[in-house]
Amino acid sequence: MIVHTPHPDLPPPSTSVGVIGWLRNNLFSSPLNSVFTLAAIYVLYQLLPPFFNWAIFDANWIGDTKEACTNDGACWVFIRVRFNQFMFGFYPPSQYWRVISSFLLFGGLIAYLLIEGLPKKAWIAAFTVIGYPFVAYALFYGGFFGLEVVETYKWGGLMLTLILSTVGMFFALPFGIVLALGRQSAMPVARSISIVFIELWRGVPLITVLFMSSVMLPLFIPEDIRIDKLIRALIGISMFQSAYMAEVVRGGLQALPKGQNEAAEALGLSYWQSMYLIVLPQALKTVIPGIVNTFIELFKDTSLVMIIGLFDLLSIIQSSFTDAKWLGFSVEGYFFAGLVYWIFCFSMSQYSQHLEKKLHKGHKR
Amino acid sequence: MTENAVQQESTNTPLAIELKDMHKWYGDFHVLKNINLRVKRGERIIICGPSGCGKSTLIRCMNRLEVHQQGEIWVDGIELDDDLKHIEKIRRDIGMVFQQFNLFPHLSVLENCCLAPIWVLKKPKKEAEATAMQYLERVKIPDQADKYPGQLSGGQQQRVAIARSLCMNPNIMLFDEPTSALDPEMIKEVLDVMVDLANEGMTMLCVTHEMGFAKSVADRVIFMDSGEIIEENDPESFFSNPQSDRTKLFLSQIL
Amino acid sequence: MSKPVKATAWWNNAHNRAIMFQVLLAAGVVLFFFYIGNNALHNMEQRGITTGFKFLNQKAGFGIIQHLIPYNEGNTYGRTFVVGLLNTILVSVLGIICATILGFLIGVARLSSNWLIAKIAAVYIEIFRNLPLLLQIFFWYFAVLRTLPSARNSLHFGQWAFLNIRGIYVPRPVYEPGFGWVVAAFGLSIATIIIIKLWAKKRQEQTGQQFPVLLSSLGLLIILPAIAYVATSTPLHWEMPQLKGFNFRGGITIIPELAALLLALTIYTASLIAEIVRSGILSVSHGQTEAAHALGLRPGKTLQLVIIPQAMRVIIPQMTSQYLNLVKNSSLATAIGYPDLVSVFAGTTLNQAGQAIEIIAMTMGVYLTLSLSISFLMNWYNARSMLKER
Repeated sequence: MIVHTPHPDLPPPSTSVGVIGWLRNNLFSSPLNSVFTLAAIYVLYQLLPPFFNWAIFDANWIGDTKEACTNDGACWVFIRVRFNQFMFGFYPPSQYWRVISSFLLFGGLIAYLLIEGLPKKAWIAAFTVIGYPFVAYALFYGGFFGLEVVETYKWGGLMLTLILSTVGMFFALPFGIVLALGRQSAMPVARSISIVFIELWRGVPLITVLFMSSVMLPLFIPEDIRIDKLIRALIGISMFQSAYMAEVVRGGLQALPKGQNEAAEALGLSYWQSMYLIVLPQALKTVIPGIVNTFIELFKDTSLVMIIGLFDLLSIIQSSFTDAKWLGFSVEGYFFAGLVYWIFCFSMSQYSQHLEKKLHKGHKR
Repeated sequence: MTENAVQQESTNTPLAIELKDMHKWYGDFHVLKNINLRVKRGERIIICGPSGCGKSTLIRCMNRLEVHQQGEIWVDGIELDDDLKHIEKIRRDIGMVFQQFNLFPHLSVLENCCLAPIWVLKKPKKEAEATAMQYLERVKIPDQADKYPGQLSGGQQQRVAIARSLCMNPNIMLFDEPTSALDPEMIKEVLDVMVDLANEGMTMLCVTHEMGFAKSVADRVIFMDSGEIIEENDPESFFSNPQSDRTKLFLSQIL
Repeated sequence: MSKPVKATAWWNNAHNRAIMFQVLLAAGVVLFFFYIGNNALHNMEQRGITTGFKFLNQKAGFGIIQHLIPYNEGNTYGRTFVVGLLNTILVSVLGIICATILGFLIGVARLSSNWLIAKIAAVYIEIFRNLPLLLQIFFWYFAVLRTLPSARNSLHFGQWAFLNIRGIYVPRPVYEPGFGWVVAAFGLSIATIIIIKLWAKKRQEQTGQQFPVLLSSLGLLIILPAIAYVATSTPLHWEMPQLKGFNFRGGITIIPELAALLLALTIYTASLIAEIVRSGILSVSHGQTEAAHALGLRPGKTLQLVIIPQAMRVIIPQMTSQYLNLVKNSSLATAIGYPDLVSVFAGTTLNQAGQAIEIIAMTMGVYLTLSLSISFLMNWYNARSMLKER
């Protein structure tokens, strides 16, 4: 008779766990891998210390003039002196509070809508879409409630970048939805018009669209009407963006099972009812990550307005390099611009990936 | 009450559904050929046949989820044509249950049931919810009212789908293979609900392979093959004494 | 018997409604175009702008710093269009090749089992795809290439290549009469490879024996042209760039505008291609790899026969749209003065000739034709390569 004595649990070999195990598995698993690892460490050693020395340890932080930059590293004084201009363009400094409060309000509204489980979201959403644009206009432009008028040519910097991208998005989303529905429609005329519109804008570079809105648009309207340069840029951007938005929304519409539409029809809902109650709520929810991604693209693309003479963030930084008092700090300038763009884009793309992961878990709430 | 009046008016016409020389094509493919069918009020009809024979298409034509190209379809004395008002009336009158349930995943069970009564029948919310709860009780899942479809089992989802259709107070119910997507242990709970409905005198057309169900509730069984009605008979004679060879072959394969 | 119910009003008929709506829509669009067309005609008359394409035959009168075909100030606007178009094509083709190679390398590195390599690739991707392309172009042009030393103090790699503020100078190959034989040998080896490949496939089908096609192809590609090269007594030499006075003469000059644009386009697009490659490979489920291993396929064959064909289905359509984006993005050349289509035609020519509508329409037409033909090809490819399913 065989008596079974249970084996005690043994610890794994030390080469497969702990720091050594990890190093072995992830960095030195084969001779080739070891070579790669050592090469990578060498490259990083060549790049990172000089970079951090330049950016932080040897950098100049204090002072108000070029002469204050005596160390070898970056001259952040330049950025500090110009900071307000980079943020607000030529907006009068006494009125900065208007811009700041408008953006704070917008940020608060968006945050409220994004945080789960807060009450009365429908009202907040309605205010954001209908009420807020008027508030923002009154604050930015002025002319109401005794606020001083600030003409659009004084707008600039990060403020202008944000305005261009959010306003572009604001118009592109509803227009994109209509175009997407049109492209899916059974009516040949509506479908062909949508397809032509979408493919036309998607087929050309944004730069030509901006050229078009700045040079051709004035030809298309009666000669006594003048359209502000900013508005012209916004028209171009919105058209361009709505074509991309339409394709994103179309993806969501196509992903929806056909049975949803059929069930809605069988219950007697009309076309618009079933779009509004059944199809769009589900389709839009699945494409939020796609919408965020197109917003990121737009945010980066707004830098092109420089070409038609608007002073967005990149443009105002670029033009600051020609200041005779501050020659030779372009690397600092680009670095700062890159940092601002990167923080916005990276955080939005992380958020969109987070949403995507959540969506894959299904509809359970 | 107005609802009673509508019911009254429509019960005056003896036929619930009538199809006359109806044809349908998908492109070049002739799916339905010369269909003639008269469904009496309160009649329970089972439609069966091999897959691809057009039985689902047939009942989907009755509420215009599919459009027929030739012939006439009359529901409760209204012709089903291009007229949107006619389509609207007929869809209000016919409830439909799908193979894949097609519940709306973004709405709770109760919201699924109230949606159409509120937006199509323009009922006040309170009243719609009361009716919905009543029907959810009838399909024996009132306690799931606040859950979302994704949280329910297949059998429960299908019962919700039935309740959702009943909330519209239909005169006719169409079932498109209601148990085909279900696990075996859940089929019975759905069939029980359907038997109850049948016993209450609902006009029913049901595409199904559940022959036990057919035997116990059907007034008439219709057998279709390649887009045609091959044979129709009362269930007893249909199963014991099939007329055509194709019916015999089909029955020998599924029984 | 069912008695007929009278139809409700005609506008309730689904068919009529659709027609009515579409007629209104079409009329709206036509009216809109009529309105803006009318305004345009009126405005142009007021400003004395001529219409039509006659301007294409007028003398341009401005120079272009890089032209692939002979060009001087006396040439026409029509020729500037062609010069700009060729420059756009040049930077696009080079960009596509470089971005694909770099993107594939980084995408594969991102999936590497080596933790450090994978992380470096991830950091590269996250940095460059989240920065505006224009910013990257400016950085390379103004902050890097414009701060290089003058011609006398050029950075150099031996006597072969020189780098200074005026551009990059590399040797130019000069072909002598016998070089045709080398080209012919190259062609011959390619033809032989195709024949070997067909023969090997047939032999494998019939006997099951495999033939090292890849190795033998590589051998052929190198050996045959090399023999021809030696046999015709080395008919190729290099023309070196040489400092004469203040600048280099001879060799090939890559202007800094092209270099900056190419660098930025490559680095930016590679970060996007790397993500596509990664998600394409990840989209093939692990079960496929396991099944292939279980069938006894070696890792290399698993990759070649199972993973890559499936990943390509995901990768190719997205890759094409990135290529299209690269072509469209090359129009940012305007910002640093690289003479591409938008810069010389929609920029300089437009300013001089003033015919905004014709010029912008022609420019957009070029990009549109390209995009539409590519997306047409893609739809065809997608329809063909779609998995056959019920």
